[in-house]
Amino acid sequence: MKAFRRTILGALGVAAIAAAGVPAALAQSQSPTLDAIRARGQLICGVNTGLAGFGRPDAQGVWRGFDVDYCRAVAVAIFNDPNRVRFVPLTAQQRFPAIQSGEVDVLIRNTTWTLTRDVSLGLDFTGINFYDGQGFMVRASLGVRRASELNGATICVQPGTTTERNLTDWARANRIQFTPVVIERLEEVVQAYLAGRCDAYTTDVSGLAATRSTQPNPAEHVILPDVISKEPLGPSVRHGDQRFADLVRWIHFGLLTAEELGITQANVAQAAASDERPAAQRLLGRTGGLGQMLGVDDAFMRNIIAALGNYGEIFQRNLAPLGLQRGPNALWNQGGLQYAPPFQ
Amino acid sequence: MRLSWSDERFRGIVWQVLIVALVVGTIWWLWQNTTHNLRTRNIATGFDFLWREAGLPIGESLIAYSPADSYFRALLAGLLNTLKVALVGIVLATVLGTLIGIAKLSRNWLLSRVAGAYVEIIRDLPLLLQLLFWYALMQLLPGPRQALNPIEGVFLSNRGMKLPFIHWQDAHTAALLAFAAGCAGAWLYARARRAAQMRDGQPRAAWPGALVLMLGLPLAVWGAMGAPFEPDMPRLVGFNFRGGLTLTPEYAALLIGLVTYTAAFIAEIVRAGILAVNQGQWEAAQALGLPGGKTLRLVVLPQALRVIIPPLTSQFLNLTKNSSLAVAIGYPDIVSIANTTLNQTGQAIEGIAIIMLVYLTISLSISLFMNWYNAKIALVER
Repeated sequence: MKAFRRTILGALGVAAIAAAGVPAALAQSQSPTLDAIRARGQLICGVNTGLAGFGRPDAQGVWRGFDVDYCRAVAVAIFNDPNRVRFVPLTAQQRFPAIQSGEVDVLIRNTTWTLTRDVSLGLDFTGINFYDGQGFMVRASLGVRRASELNGATICVQPGTTTERNLTDWARANRIQFTPVVIERLEEVVQAYLAGRCDAYTTDVSGLAATRSTQPNPAEHVILPDVISKEPLGPSVRHGDQRFADLVRWIHFGLLTAEELGITQANVAQAAASDERPAAQRLLGRTGGLGQMLGVDDAFMRNIIAALGNYGEIFQRNLAPLGLQRGPNALWNQGGLQYAPPFQ
Repeated sequence: MRLSWSDERFRGIVWQVLIVALVVGTIWWLWQNTTHNLRTRNIATGFDFLWREAGLPIGESLIAYSPADSYFRALLAGLLNTLKVALVGIVLATVLGTLIGIAKLSRNWLLSRVAGAYVEIIRDLPLLLQLLFWYALMQLLPGPRQALNPIEGVFLSNRGMKLPFIHWQDAHTAALLAFAAGCAGAWLYARARRAAQMRDGQPRAAWPGALVLMLGLPLAVWGAMGAPFEPDMPRLVGFNFRGGLTLTPEYAALLIGLVTYTAAFIAEIVRAGILAVNQGQWEAAQALGLPGGKTLRLVVLPQALRVIIPPLTSQFLNLTKNSSLAVAIGYPDIVSIANTTLNQTGQAIEGIAIIMLVYLTISLSISLFMNWYNAKIALVER
């Protein structure tokens, strides 16, 4: 009853929007989301239903991944406890109703920042924590080397994402004919590809790497070098709560700043005590009172780094095992695109 | 009528006004609240998105569709795909269900037990599980380059079944229309013959004339237009087959799943309907000298049908609504496409409303037709 369940979820989301009363008088506090999270005692974070490296429960049922660590970072900033998070796994189609209706506080789920989503969905994207792009994976035995050789192919794709539209745009621009097979659940679309229903499987390159790494023999599959789209992935919050959006945005910038300053999980305690660089002192909350401005403890970045590490460590722990290189996600001064505005 | 609480008519009017006010008020409140909340959450509303370019790929469609078309056309393609699986499914499920229902009543021990086991197993397993099973089964077929080729021109692979077809031309459309006209003519002809029999009691066979109308007419039209016939054979080009007709694994799995599942329920309904006819009716028909076939057609079935039709209608509606499970196995039905639409545009309320409207319309149409049919075959009691 999956289709039904999703439709029901959609209907519930609609009902929730319909039934939720007129919001309480505005501006009792500066961030209603933050107040609600504090009153509840935990953060509710929308994550992937199970994508290796980004968000997936491990064998003990503990959620792990790059996006999951971002959820934990927000929880550490608010509660100084990486475990005060409830993870809500969401399919590509469930995610926007879930954030719109307030079912989750923040959505950190491989979500591409686009104009339509930013403007017409009532969302605010707070930054780009992963620069991705859409690619193709084929079986090595097929002998295909470039995406342009895929004319006439059958291509497996998941619905409800930018992926579908990129695929059709690319095919039209390059005059390529293809037959789509559109299946909602990740497990089933991958199964269809593995069973040979499709010649190629397309999604973000990071997702392809994650799928490929979980195969018994990854060498049987090739990720084609062509990247057909820009996929800036990042966290999003409900539009209208600028204070909470600021907090999520500056946690990401703080993680980048920490990497830039060489502050790691191992040396953060020592750095907090003895690092005399002004930028490090502001980041770790010894001066500046930056945490207070965001509505959390001044030492929030120090706590986050102590619990999870800096951006590079989070990347290394979760994404390097998939075989993903830093590439565009390297810091700006190392040839990448990750650049944080000054933390001051 | 007095304006007094003790007046029954006055009380009735007051209650009705109150209830209408309550219903209208609730709807108005929900509407106001929804629009207000959508506004405060900065979510776009309205149906303008229907005319925007969809950009979503659809694997199979009865109408010409390309991603450059509008969301409206994409949804139309999805609606036609839903109808394609629902209507074919209803016909096949009825045939299969009736056969199994009759088999279950058979005096042949093996036949009735096999039919009984079929019903018990199929209706006890969740439909989604069965759909995934059929789909997984389809995927066990070899790839297109090693496709099974049982008959010349027919290929069976994990990309579906490819059948030879003809290059469709105007003459074929004309012949199809002539066939429809021939069917209507045959029906009128048979009616006239029966009326004549009623007048003088002489039996007249209607089938020779009907056959001429139904087959001769389209053949004549086709021949008159030059009798074009060019076979369109499927052939392997690159990754896939080109040409011919395709039966996709998604459609096949959904159709097989829905038909076998619903047939199990229909079998029980048919069995119950036949058992509901009193044994004395069979004996009375025999006493009148009616042969077995006529007994079933003229005596038993008319009485069984009035028990069968109402629950059968529910099964038809169930089959139609269950087709929304298509998205799990990648068949592009209306729910699948509406979900993608609401996801791309973010307009969940409009998307859900479209899905509800479509199913409501299909279901009410089936109900109306079945109710009309039920009234037509109802026993006229005097």
